[in-house]
Amino acid sequence: MKRTFDLSRPVLIAVAALLAVMIVLPVGWLVVYAFSSKEGGASLGNFATLFTDPTFVDPLITTLIIAVSVSLLCCAIAAPLGWLVARTDMPLARSVRTLVMASLVTPPFVGAIAWEMLAAPNSGLLNQLWRSLTGMPADEALLDIYSLEGLIFVIACYTFPYVFILVANALDRMPGELEDASSMLGAKTWDTARRITVPLALPTLLAGALVAFLQAMNLFGSPAILAIPAGFHTLTTRIWSLFQFPPKPELAAAASLPLLVLTVLLLRAQAMALGRRGYAVLGGKYGEPRLIKLGALKWPAAGLALLVLAMPLFLPYAALFNSAFSRVASRVISFETATLHNFRFTFFELSSTMPALKNTFLLATSTATVGALLALLIAYIVARKAVAGHRVLGFLATAPLAIPGIVLGVGLFLAYTRPPLTLYGTLWILLIAFVTIELPAAYQQLSSAFHAVHPELEEAGRMLGASRLRTLADITAPLLRSAVIATWCFIFVAVIRELSAAVILFTSDTKVLSVLIFDLKESGDVGAIAVLSLVMVAITTVVVAAANRLGGTRTAGRLHARAAG
Amino acid sequence: MTTKLTPGKLTRRHVLAASATATGAAFVTPVRAAPPEAQQITPALIEAAKKEGKVTWYTSVDLPVAEKVAKAFEAKYPGITARVERSGAERNFSRIGQEYASKIYVCDVVNSSDAAHLIVWKRGGLLAPYVPQDVAQYFPPEHKDPDGMYASWRITLSPIAYNTRLVKPEDAPKGFADLLDPKWMGKIVKAHPGYSGTIMTATQQLSRDLGWGYFEKLAKQKVMQVQSAADPPKKLALGERAVMADGGEYVVSELRTRGEPIEEVYAIEGTPLVTGPSAIMARAANPNAARLFTAWSMTAEAQQMNVDVGALRSAHPLVKERPDRRKLADVKTLREDAAAVADQADDIKARYTKLFKV
Repeated sequence: MKRTFDLSRPVLIAVAALLAVMIVLPVGWLVVYAFSSKEGGASLGNFATLFTDPTFVDPLITTLIIAVSVSLLCCAIAAPLGWLVARTDMPLARSVRTLVMASLVTPPFVGAIAWEMLAAPNSGLLNQLWRSLTGMPADEALLDIYSLEGLIFVIACYTFPYVFILVANALDRMPGELEDASSMLGAKTWDTARRITVPLALPTLLAGALVAFLQAMNLFGSPAILAIPAGFHTLTTRIWSLFQFPPKPELAAAASLPLLVLTVLLLRAQAMALGRRGYAVLGGKYGEPRLIKLGALKWPAAGLALLVLAMPLFLPYAALFNSAFSRVASRVISFETATLHNFRFTFFELSSTMPALKNTFLLATSTATVGALLALLIAYIVARKAVAGHRVLGFLATAPLAIPGIVLGVGLFLAYTRPPLTLYGTLWILLIAFVTIELPAAYQQLSSAFHAVHPELEEAGRMLGASRLRTLADITAPLLRSAVIATWCFIFVAVIRELSAAVILFTSDTKVLSVLIFDLKESGDVGAIAVLSLVMVAITTVVVAAANRLGGTRTAGRLHARAAG
Repeated sequence: MTTKLTPGKLTRRHVLAASATATGAAFVTPVRAAPPEAQQITPALIEAAKKEGKVTWYTSVDLPVAEKVAKAFEAKYPGITARVERSGAERNFSRIGQEYASKIYVCDVVNSSDAAHLIVWKRGGLLAPYVPQDVAQYFPPEHKDPDGMYASWRITLSPIAYNTRLVKPEDAPKGFADLLDPKWMGKIVKAHPGYSGTIMTATQQLSRDLGWGYFEKLAKQKVMQVQSAADPPKKLALGERAVMADGGEYVVSELRTRGEPIEEVYAIEGTPLVTGPSAIMARAANPNAARLFTAWSMTAEAQQMNVDVGALRSAHPLVKERPDRRKLADVKTLREDAAAVADQADDIKARYTKLFKV
């Protein structure tokens, strides 16, 4: 590309240096600490502890079991659901799609708290309902959320949307001609599905499985809420517990490395799986995919889809509403018993509410602004190949994807609690953490936006006689504007729900909403949690709605897998 | 401060100097000739506190109680906001450690349900001496530091309790040994000594008097493990578990007063006694507001509110006990030994984690 862009060199160097510092500093300290003994000398002792001490080995195994199970469960749910929505004439398909996206707005730890209200073995609303229906004795339970299975279920509830989006989008793009050819050659509907649709969708599903695996492995909030009462740790909660007094940052760093290494390996695997996706969209224009007629199964299919959605969406929100207006969360409210007590407590008595809201807003706004601008700059440099070495930038911008939130939290804690940059205790450290965490998703959104604005369009404008500036203003800018706004909004949303890095990095003056909810959880103040969760989700929903309005629904599908806390 | 300078006596300036090297200076208990003079709440103090305009209070007392105390202080001294930072005592302890290591001095007044913390902070030179009038005049010696660094802002117990809808009074456990009965399998909730100071203190007493064998057997009862000592009573009120093995007495009393189906049991073996001392940080950003808050919080009026509203117990002899509850003197309590907790805390956490897996 022959564009004049002379300032580019220093800009490239500055941005590359900034990214390098953002990533290398925490990861570097992490590695240094992991290989240090408590006294500071070089040592492999931490790893010996990590792989022999049952208090580390057990969480490691548990984490792997959870990640594999969640991954399988998500595929088992998301693949059929994605197919129903994208390739059949199931009624309500559009609403189902929107609602799956909506369930993504729920922070996973809020979902976990809501599921506690629903399926705690004795007080859970669903268990109470079951007992009153069947007469099951009081000390037996249908569901026990405080168990490995319960945790896997809850994580899957808030992970399957990622797989669903990937699968549904892939099925949308899959050319109908291939299926048409199959049926013209005499194959029955189901044969076509089995021999054409499924093989074509398989790489995407595999990629989805890996995303789900990563999510489940690196999640902190849900296990902290459900695993600890059940009496077990996952690797992330164990890392967090190492910050109890006396803190053991060396061990925490060492325990973080397996997460880091596994994530890097799996992301490579995912890139390979998705890399093959290309063959599905070869060539020019295809017809709309053919919708399969479900016939009599039409409505049962829709019912099934809504039932699936009850798990991450309808049931948890019903439970949150119930406890927000109730004195005791395990009792179903009526018009007589409903109370505003929890709202009063949260907004007029709880002195952390307002500072936390303020911090959260400040951080969400600034992270979104800084993150979107940084991502825009990098995407522009990379997409228009503005300078030699632009690939490095693209790599650096996606690298944080490989750093789980809690690992980044530990790394930043180690990096910024010492001179020259003692940022611990300020909002800056959280800003750095959040920008680092959100950069990959932001960069990917904006870089695909740049790719969508193919230079062809700009060149067409030029050929029709418009000046370069005019082309930029009339063609590129309007197309990108919506993408930038959408990116801004999604960073904003992701920051509001981030917990895993924040829980390591906060201090009393820099507490954010997610950490406040987490604190309230520890002392069992369920009513205030319900109120704050609903507030949080309301804010998030408004912003997502705004994003969809300003950015077009298309961008909504790209809320990235990395966003969970 | 109007502390007189006598030879060998630790002044505020010394403490300030010491706290700069706080982490290095652990285990050096300052030697003091006499405790600092008792301090009245003077108009000058109120004026100085108002100038600072705020006080940040780190406490582990149950959040609704903490916020009520803060609101009462704000009502008494308009113009000063009291910010509550509530977390588990053990969590607060780590946080103050982390914050001080990074030179963050947000905490003005600290209250911990693990009295051992005060010993460690005092050794580290993190505390400023301050003796409110009420403490000097009324508090019994076992509830105040001889060097005037801290005094018991609250007392509570860690009793057993049960949900009266799920358990008949005659079936309720009478003591800790009863909790090991197979009939309680999967029905017990308990809090964590790695998070809660109340539970740390209680665990030290129970492991000393009943032996670790008690916890070993309890861990096999499929116990629901929560964090804060304030949480087990709430889990009982929800009906989530039938019995709690430990937890804050004041939360139980408060829930019972509100009409929740919950009843405490003072174990036949004795009930762990937990004092929660308060102190002013030597590096407090708002030292005058910190003094005013501390002085006020120890008055008979404020202590009475702790009892009436928060269902805490008080070391102040002028405070009247709640009529709906057994008097503290009539409860068989286990001996509290903060110095032993200070020595054993890390070991207790490690052993506990090994037994209960979290």
